[in-house]
Amino acid sequence: MTAVPADAAPVIDVLAAGKAYPNGTHALDPVTLTVRQREFVTLLGPSGCGKSTLLKMMAGLLAPSCGSVRTAAVRSGFVFQDATLMPWATVRANVRLPLDLAGHERIAADQRVDQALDAVGLPGTAGQRPRELSGGMRMRASLARALVNEPELMLMDEPFGALDEITRNRLDADLIRLWEERHLTVVFVTHSIYEAAFLSTRVLVMSARPGRIASELVIDEPQPRSESFRGSTRFAYHCRQLSALLADAEAAGAA
Amino acid sequence: MSNSVKVSDIAAPLAVGVAVLLLWQVLITVLDVPVYLVPSPLRVAQALVEDRELLAASLWVTLKVTLAAFALAVLLGTAAAFLFVQSRWIERALFPYAVLLQVTPIVAIAPLIIIWVKDMQAALVLCATIVAIFPVISNTTLGLRSVDPGLADLFRLHHATRWQTLVRLRIPGALPYFFGGLRIASGLALIGAVVAEFVAGTGCNGAGLAYQILIAGFQLNVPRLFAALFLIAVAGVALFLVMAGLSRLALRGWHESELGG
Repeated sequence: MTAVPADAAPVIDVLAAGKAYPNGTHALDPVTLTVRQREFVTLLGPSGCGKSTLLKMMAGLLAPSCGSVRTAAVRSGFVFQDATLMPWATVRANVRLPLDLAGHERIAADQRVDQALDAVGLPGTAGQRPRELSGGMRMRASLARALVNEPELMLMDEPFGALDEITRNRLDADLIRLWEERHLTVVFVTHSIYEAAFLSTRVLVMSARPGRIASELVIDEPQPRSESFRGSTRFAYHCRQLSALLADAEAAGAA
Repeated sequence: MSNSVKVSDIAAPLAVGVAVLLLWQVLITVLDVPVYLVPSPLRVAQALVEDRELLAASLWVTLKVTLAAFALAVLLGTAAAFLFVQSRWIERALFPYAVLLQVTPIVAIAPLIIIWVKDMQAALVLCATIVAIFPVISNTTLGLRSVDPGLADLFRLHHATRWQTLVRLRIPGALPYFFGGLRIASGLALIGAVVAEFVAGTGCNGAGLAYQILIAGFQLNVPRLFAALFLIAVAGVALFLVMAGLSRLALRGWHESELGG
């Protein structure tokens, strides 16, 4: 598939929502945006641009200090910067947590855990503790936990930022496959231009002090994107564009 | 954990102990130190064997006080910790009094407690509990508060109830701190029991090890004094080992403190 039609149903509506803290820090100037079904929207920007703040407002973890955020998704999954697994629990218990908290029956829940672990490429690890896994595997377990209640919307906060580039590329490729197979809508936060260009259908370029959305770039490339896309001139072209938009945003902020 | 590491873990301190005992025995013999000043290890061992019934009975009395106080400290201390984490306000209001309890020397308040509490056994347990409770309160409170903020967010995202968050997140996360508190508290309960016995002086219903030390001191029966001292030390080490074992059982496989080595 290519670009999402403009009349696809909105999943998230952000209306002039901003965040300021009582101590006077403006984390995010009011922004307005709509995320539509089946979109892969990336918030790209330097640290301090409010991209994580915006994502947390979308998740309902943070209340906007002005404006409103409406989410139409019935089920959503959140993936954190770190794997954020419970060290005392097995991989199975960690992935099952959303189902346990919702009061699902154990046996059916365990089947869904196995399916989720298979989907993220972690079969046979259910009985292990998080510390027995590598960083990349822990992140996969975290991904499985977010997928286990079959969400329509995935909110991801720099999920692969702590991984080495080789592992990150592999996880990015798996993520795009899951997005395709499971008809997900994804909002993804990153400070990597390459990651944004590889994954997104649309990139919102953000800038810091004050945090705001500076510009937008639609990446209209066929899906599913494979490793060969990384080597293509089209990919290089999008990266260059994003790079220029980031530089513009910074220059505008400094002025 | 390899076998060789385990052997040296035991062998090294054992070698030091044997060497010290040998040196001690030799020095006493060579310098001809009178037994009422410093007895030789062999004389202490002899006292241990000869007075075994008396000392075993006293050890049991002291251990009963210690274990009762320890159990009470863990129960009340954990309850206090759960109360404290319910709200910052409660903690702010009550924590200074826990600190007050901690910094007041037990020797200074034990006479009062012994006057106020009719039952001597209960008075001794109360004194030892006061000594042992603080590390349980402070460690468990710290543990219950030390929740990974990411995991706390995750539980919030999934609309976890207060109860679910407590049972699935706060309590497991607090276990390493809790067991750290138990290790300290077990030793303090023993110290508290011994100190309280000293203050109580005469043992009315069954004399503990501290009482034996007092009496042996009056009678210049120094070998028995050393034997009682030895038993207190052994009891302390045994308590510590039991706590370490419990901690290992509970944290094995996931917490840094119980991995490797």
